[in-house]
Amino acid sequence: MDEATAGGLRIAVLVKHVPDAQFDRHISGDDLTTVRTESILSELDEYALEAALQLVEANGGATGGHRVTAITMGPAAAVNAVKKSLQIGADDGVHLTDEALTGSDASATSKALAALLRHLGPFDLVLTGMASTDGETSLVPAQLAERLTLPQVTFAASLDLAREDGGWSLTARRDNDTFAETIEAPLPALVSVTDQINEPRYPNFKGIMAAKKKQIQVLSLTDVGLQPDEVGFAGSWTKVEAAAPRPPRSQGTVITDEGDAGIRLVDFLAGQKLL
Amino acid sequence: MTTVLVFLDHPGASLAKSEREILSLGASLGEVVVALADEAGPAYLDGVGSYGVREYYRPETAAVSEVLVAGKAAFLAAAVRASGAGVVLLGNAYESKEIAARLGVRLEAGVITDVVALDSDLTATKSDFAGSYTVECRVTTDVSILTVKPNSFEAVEAGPPSSPREVPIPVELPLAAARVTGRVDKPVSGRPDLSEARVIVAGGRGVNGNFGPLEELADALGGAVGASRAATDAGWIEHSAQIGQTGKTVSPQLYISAGISGAIQQKAGMQTSKVIVAINKDADSPVFEIADFGIVGDLFTVLPQATDEIRKRGL
Ligand SMILES: Cc1cc2nc3c(=O)[nH]c(=O)nc-3n(C[C@H](O)[C@H](O)[C@H](O)COP(=O)(O)OP(=O)(O)OC[C@H]3O[C@@H](n4cnc5c(N)ncnc54)[C@H](O)[C@@H]3O)c2cc1C
Ligand SMILES: Nc1ncnc2c1ncn2[C@@H]1O[C@H](COP(=O)(O)O)[C@@H](O)[C@H]1O
Repeated sequence: MDEATAGGLRIAVLVKHVPDAQFDRHISGDDLTTVRTESILSELDEYALEAALQLVEANGGATGGHRVTAITMGPAAAVNAVKKSLQIGADDGVHLTDEALTGSDASATSKALAALLRHLGPFDLVLTGMASTDGETSLVPAQLAERLTLPQVTFAASLDLAREDGGWSLTARRDNDTFAETIEAPLPALVSVTDQINEPRYPNFKGIMAAKKKQIQVLSLTDVGLQPDEVGFAGSWTKVEAAAPRPPRSQGTVITDEGDAGIRLVDFLAGQKLL
Repeated sequence: MTTVLVFLDHPGASLAKSEREILSLGASLGEVVVALADEAGPAYLDGVGSYGVREYYRPETAAVSEVLVAGKAAFLAAAVRASGAGVVLLGNAYESKEIAARLGVRLEAGVITDVVALDSDLTATKSDFAGSYTVECRVTTDVSILTVKPNSFEAVEAGPPSSPREVPIPVELPLAAARVTGRVDKPVSGRPDLSEARVIVAGGRGVNGNFGPLEELADALGGAVGASRAATDAGWIEHSAQIGQTGKTVSPQLYISAGISGAIQQKAGMQTSKVIVAINKDADSPVFEIADFGIVGDLFTVLPQATDEIRKRGL
């Protein structure tokens, strides 16, 4: 990885294309997979991209020789997550796509992404969101760090880099329930960020025009040295047996306060045996 | 008989309710052994022993906890190998999920998070898409790693306290690692923990900086105080009180939402609550769509009146 640290920073940002939570989301088919129409760049991954762009800006900007690469894995439409990232400010993009990836659980996803990052590498920093807004497991970043033997800093609420004689190092803050911690790690490292870390920017007209000239590399499983049965349904270590939409909550009683709503609330709670 | 390894992270002075739930679940599946990365006091260990646990693993090197996540995952992998466990149970805090994640890669074992029910054949039930789907899934590898949601399993009555035997095991720590170099404790509230509370009173932007009326109602009901992101972002309350997509997911018996509009990201954290009560000035607020009992009104008059009434009735 020394080769990467010699020049500018090489930053990989993992972006996922997920069903928009503003619409009803569904699981369907015999294979019980997520329906991916109405999908967008995962909101939580915008914080990772913003963190990358801010790190570049804080360390010399365009003249620093840094490179931010937006990376996604998923079906054909997933490339839209990369395109949006390029409009926001990533320098180039990569899309790993292959039929055999369908049905990948977190372990298979992390296996494929690890192979992809090794193929593209070396990177100084791999940035991810805190969770995908569909899977919501937060397993992928930790599994990637384990597979790539990178120091793991997850749920960073702040992130700074410093350059010392030996190379780059990072400092991050994490919030736990009962304490906040400071974390330090040498680069290369993997960092997942929370929505506390920054305020993501929107793509502007200039960015949208510039994105048209940026490169997106499309790769298949064989390109990254994986066999079809190592990923997807075959390569997963968990299996979904059944999925059913939960009946929507029905609306209960709504009253307008006429001076006694607090008392009526207590009556309701007493009726529900909640006192 | 299956050996079940239960990992208890950050042990307190005594066993928390969620920890008793996990130990009870473990005991229903097989013989339980415990792994503790951090040092625990005698009362805590007696509590562990009262669930029939006779042995607990400890890392030989104390530095395990200084290496973020990876250290505990390495320790747990060693404990699984030493015990021959077929099932590993952890809590559902973010850090526990990540320890589970890395353990999964180390052992080539499947991980299921957010488990709310478990069959004897280890088919797990969880929610998906912010509580709008119920999913049943299972691990297909020899070892199953499961993180268990609090309030989902019953904590059975424990036996008499007894102290389990410590089994030290060597752990090889990763060379390149992130280290914890500073730690600042947050003030403790004295109210129940959000993820375990039976009752939660949550406030949003409508609280306008004054959580007082919510705290008083929460105290009258023996509950915890939560918040929307608008309220935590404004700095009116600790970030750890945030409920929702990027905060905590809770499912208490009673959730009282006050001055919260009910955005999708907020609903994601609370819509599996048993009973939802909403107080909002605006009759068109989406929060009313999921409320069992809604009040269109001002929280600053409704909440104090309710608190007074509860006290008056001597409840
Ligand atoms: C990536 C991302 C993640 C997010 N994660 C979360 C999350 O985890 N949790 C979360 O909550 N939000 C989250 N949000 C934010 C969410 O989208 C909403 O912006 C937020 O929930 C709004 O908070 P609120 O309801 O308190 O404020 P508002 O939407 O401003 O609503 C305030 C409400 O208070 C009412 N009100 C005002 N005064 C009174 C009064 N005196 N009495 C009664 N009612 C009154 C108003 O009628 C209004 O309905 C996230 C957003 C993003 C983009
Ligand atoms: N298919 C994917 N493509 C790109 N990044 C992903 C993918 N799946 C997960 N990630 C990254 O991992 C993070 C956590 O995802 P998850 O573990 O699924 O909750 C996301 O915020 C992304 O940054």
